[in-house]
Amino acid sequence: MHLHSCALCHIDLNGISVRRGGQVLLQDVSMHIHCGQLTVLIGQNGAGKTTLIRALLGELPHGGSIRHVDGRGLDIPHLRTGYVPQHLQFDREMPLTVCDFMAASLSRRPVWTGVSKKTRARVDEALAAVDAAGLADLPLGRCSGGELQRVLLALAMNPAPDLLVLDEPVSGIDSNGLQMFLDTLLDLKRTHHMAILLVSHDLRFVREYADHVVLLDKSVLAQGSAAEVFASPEFASVFGFSGEEAAE
Amino acid sequence: MNTIYDILGTILPFSAYQFNFMKNAFLALLLLTPLLGLLGTMAVNHQMAFFSDALGHSALTGIGLGIILGLRNDLVAMLVFGIVWAILICLIKQSGSTSTDTVISVFSSTSVAAGLLILARGGKFAKYSSLLIGDILAVTPQDLFWLLLALVVTLILWALLYNPLLLTSVDPWLARSRGIRARLVECVFVVMVAVAVMLSIRWVGVMLINALLILPAAAGRNLARSARQHAAWSVGLALLCGLVGLTLSYYWDTSAGASIVLVSALCFAISFAVKKIRG
Repeated sequence: MHLHSCALCHIDLNGISVRRGGQVLLQDVSMHIHCGQLTVLIGQNGAGKTTLIRALLGELPHGGSIRHVDGRGLDIPHLRTGYVPQHLQFDREMPLTVCDFMAASLSRRPVWTGVSKKTRARVDEALAAVDAAGLADLPLGRCSGGELQRVLLALAMNPAPDLLVLDEPVSGIDSNGLQMFLDTLLDLKRTHHMAILLVSHDLRFVREYADHVVLLDKSVLAQGSAAEVFASPEFASVFGFSGEEAAE
Repeated sequence: MNTIYDILGTILPFSAYQFNFMKNAFLALLLLTPLLGLLGTMAVNHQMAFFSDALGHSALTGIGLGIILGLRNDLVAMLVFGIVWAILICLIKQSGSTSTDTVISVFSSTSVAAGLLILARGGKFAKYSSLLIGDILAVTPQDLFWLLLALVVTLILWALLYNPLLLTSVDPWLARSRGIRARLVECVFVVMVAVAVMLSIRWVGVMLINALLILPAAAGRNLARSARQHAAWSVGLALLCGLVGLTLSYYWDTSAGASIVLVSALCFAISFAVKKIRG
């Protein structure tokens, strides 16, 4: 269960900038990611969305600050993030079950010696929480796109993060799988009251589900509710059409 | 040592094992094959077969440099050079600036050429040609001690490193997001492979060492569905092929290393067929 459940706690990104090889990838990005809310990052390819996520995960050196603060503005030490990558580019022939994959992350016991009953129970519970019960003994390489996303989500949710980050999790999944995945995600948002940051290209989805939208192109061009951002002139200039057209 | 020889003499019903050199070779394989079998599973998962091949070739340069520097112990020279070489390849690979294949190929050919240049000076290469094919029958009790130590250290490190390595082999970014220092873990792994390869190269030979690391793990991969099964098949097949190959080589009067590798190749072929039949 999420521990810091309060209406106002948030992750405060202040003046984040990333440079690499003399190129500016991100410039002065400031935004709040509130817990209990679905924040969606939108922007064209190359706008720096994945770069921002990597900076947030501490995988890229960056300028500026990332703070996790409670409702009174006091720092909460240590921000625990769960990360669901866009897709896994792995060798699908690898002899590795879903259970092995998750146990390797959840327990210290080397999985080549097997998985303890306790860890197995944890894996089963984590999978059941994302409607993926029964996948544990399937080889990871045989999972469909939607199943793999659920497994990754189950992993990202354990241990329970303060911030769940998903990099375009809905690409490459059929519409059935997509709806199931979204339902699970919204359910997690409600029950765990966690902050969720999601990158998406699917503007119809953004309009329907996002609590807060951030339009990015190296820096923040516009942010607010989906309606506000879609109506902004920046939106029209980035996407070449207005928010009303996007929703249709 | 004599007690162990007596026990082996009793339990092994082959005339081949009446000799102590055969018993030493048997014990060496008993220690060496599980070590390589375990490391092999991850080498295959990380698609590092070519890497370990290059590492084996670097032994030639290691010995060559040892001679130039006047080191008495070949093994120390090989180990130090192998570790440095492995870390260098790993760092260049991780920098992502050139394709891994190309980097490894450059390193491999450089080390073979440098090794030959030094070892073949004045037409003296014949002295070192045993390095190419190895001689498992030359194992001494002291070598066995080093092998045992290597096996114990590998098992300890393997217990700590396996899970992080497994996650890194699936997706380095995901591994990093879960607090794993993916680059460090990968570097420690290549050093472990380098040490295992250098320790065994005198007995198995530069030409064949990679087969011993990769073939059992590759065959195991065809048969296994889980990580545990992969380790079990790989270690089991490595042991089986090692001992069967050694025994056959005695009766057929052939090179032990080559016999072991051919038995392993046969196992791989069978495992491949089993995989295809299973679908």
